[in-house]
Amino acid sequence: MSVCSRQRGNEFGTQDREYIQENQMVPRDILTGEHFIHGDAACAEGGLAAGCRFFAGYPITPATEVAESMARRLPEVGGVYIQMEDEIASMAAILGASWGGVKSMTSTSGPGFSLMMENIGLGMMTETPCVVVDVQRAGPSTGLPTLVGQADMMQARWGSHGDYGCIALVPASPQECFDLTVQAFNLAEIYRQPVFVMTDEVVGHTTEKVVIPHRDKLKIVERPKPSQARGDYLPFDSSGPYPAPMAMAGDGFHVHVTGLTHDERGYPVITDAVQERNIRHIVNKIRKNADKIIQVEMIGLEDARVAIVAYGCTSRAARQAVENMRKRRFKAGLLRLITAWPFPSNLIRNLAERIKTFVVPEINYGQMAYEVERTAGRKAKVVLMAIMGGSMHTPGEIEEAVGRYL
Amino acid sequence: METILRELQPFDKEAMDRAIEKDHGLHPDDKFLKPGRIPHIWCPGCGLGVVLTCFIEAVRRKGLSVDECAVVSGIGCTGRVAGYLEMDTYHTTHGRALPFATGLVLAKPNLKVTVFSGDGDLFAIGGNHLIHAARRNIDLKVLCVNNFNYGMTGGQVAPTTPLEAKTSTTPLGNAEPGFNLPHLAHASGAVYVARWTTYHPRQLVDSICRTFEKKGLTFIEAIAPCPIGYGRPNKIGSGLDEMRLYREMSEVRNGADPKDAEITLGGKIMVGAFVDTERPDFLENYRTKVVAKAQQRAGDRQKGRAA
Repeated sequence: MSVCSRQRGNEFGTQDREYIQENQMVPRDILTGEHFIHGDAACAEGGLAAGCRFFAGYPITPATEVAESMARRLPEVGGVYIQMEDEIASMAAILGASWGGVKSMTSTSGPGFSLMMENIGLGMMTETPCVVVDVQRAGPSTGLPTLVGQADMMQARWGSHGDYGCIALVPASPQECFDLTVQAFNLAEIYRQPVFVMTDEVVGHTTEKVVIPHRDKLKIVERPKPSQARGDYLPFDSSGPYPAPMAMAGDGFHVHVTGLTHDERGYPVITDAVQERNIRHIVNKIRKNADKIIQVEMIGLEDARVAIVAYGCTSRAARQAVENMRKRRFKAGLLRLITAWPFPSNLIRNLAERIKTFVVPEINYGQMAYEVERTAGRKAKVVLMAIMGGSMHTPGEIEEAVGRYL
Repeated sequence: METILRELQPFDKEAMDRAIEKDHGLHPDDKFLKPGRIPHIWCPGCGLGVVLTCFIEAVRRKGLSVDECAVVSGIGCTGRVAGYLEMDTYHTTHGRALPFATGLVLAKPNLKVTVFSGDGDLFAIGGNHLIHAARRNIDLKVLCVNNFNYGMTGGQVAPTTPLEAKTSTTPLGNAEPGFNLPHLAHASGAVYVARWTTYHPRQLVDSICRTFEKKGLTFIEAIAPCPIGYGRPNKIGSGLDEMRLYREMSEVRNGADPKDAEITLGGKIMVGAFVDTERPDFLENYRTKVVAKAQQRAGDRQKGRAA
């Protein structure tokens, strides 16, 4: 009973899938049912459920468990886990695997996220779908390796040099770690770029109930294939609102993929005229589709005078604070960012017409608060509640702060 | 916010197709080269043309279809080969061709992936990746063009620049000895190690052909002239003069110990196919030792046996 063979499979994982079928094994890619697992493990399961079959990563607290889960689970589903020599190599490897036609992901925390930045830029410029999970911890530099932070939010948006669009999803629970990682893969395929899942050490290491639905209930976006003939196919077509379908290595399209500024054929062209098309395309595909990507949760905002804007683990304390205040008839509300990027600018602008004050608790010295301040303009006051890192806001702390503005 | 933008010049596919030379297809190598990309950017006397042609000849001689092949390159003059080849090619970030290629070949194991890059890209910034790719024995064919400097940026010192050689950042002479690339590749675990110069195109083609037959990490160092970046400051002369130097100073020693392959300024250049060995590649190890165990355990679990 051996799955090894001198002959390589034609399609990735074919011989493993055949083995599973021949032995009438239950496929283990989607573990439908109720689980009691932490956020990191849930991110791994979300990836597998979305079809991820390649993980390249490097250990780093508090993201190591994502890698450990993938190392254990990928061999069960015909995938490959490889631990690279550093995060730079990990990011490069997941881009390569994506061009080989396999959905890929990696996971890291602040210091590794910094290392990945150059290749994230390569992924953006080459329009390569993949998922990067950043389980944030307190920084900068080595910081508090085992304690929570939320100070990579702006880095997700602007971390690599040059202009590009950003999609960043922020789970607030292990359940959302599963759900949003699945969504991240879908968004990566639709918008053809690396998509970030910005969790944090609290959500990543909290163990909670996670329900994995039946595969028929899961919405998975598969990679669209080019429909044109090779001579007519433009792998980096910038004329439409969505990116061109992606041709994989060996499909016969002979694509040239480069980080240099390139035209719609992928040929490097070192001119400002082509740069105009190239950059506007990679920025606009997110900017012009923002309303399709943005997700928020709103609690009590219909009549709120003060709105808390929060995300990740902080939003859990904020939710409790709003509940407590509402019980005492105070008009406080919560705007929870599920997507931090694209930022819900229009929503804040509209809310600022009637909301007096936005209170933004973050485990950083002000990151998303600047976006709230920028978009609220002069219409509403914006107050930052900052913890530098290492602990969460308590509901009582948030209530006391909000109370000053009610 | 309100934005003022320049008017876009739309992509004109017809104009692009018209601009492609009418005589593309006349040369037998043209089917391996992307139309409209010649003339290339390399200097007169550069050795990259020879190495690229040797690569094409090897693909042709082994009867490989371009759809079975892929090339991954890094940044530098050598990295530009990717843009000229009519196959799936990936021009990645500086030093990171090997890990990118690792992901690519693990996703599509039946592709013959060549990592075609320069000495600085593979051994300075990319050195760590080279070591690990060789250790793991990922199935990649590394073709390293060594011109002893960073040519694209104007001829700066590289880890291969010999002691006392002049470059733009060692104007008074290099204070560091150069790396012995075959020795490093061999020590890291490469299953095939060879070095040729552009004066040895036939042997270079033979070596590239041999690497297409092997599984695992293969390494070929192709020494090439760089008249502008290296030849001129070191008073070697033109590209042809440098090839005369290779003819005079090179010694073919097939099967020699790579540790003897050090290159010094004015010294002998040892060339040859030094190492040709076998060991399981990454995927073979992964499948037989890891996947098999995982599937056995899953099977046992299903049958009710303790995992």
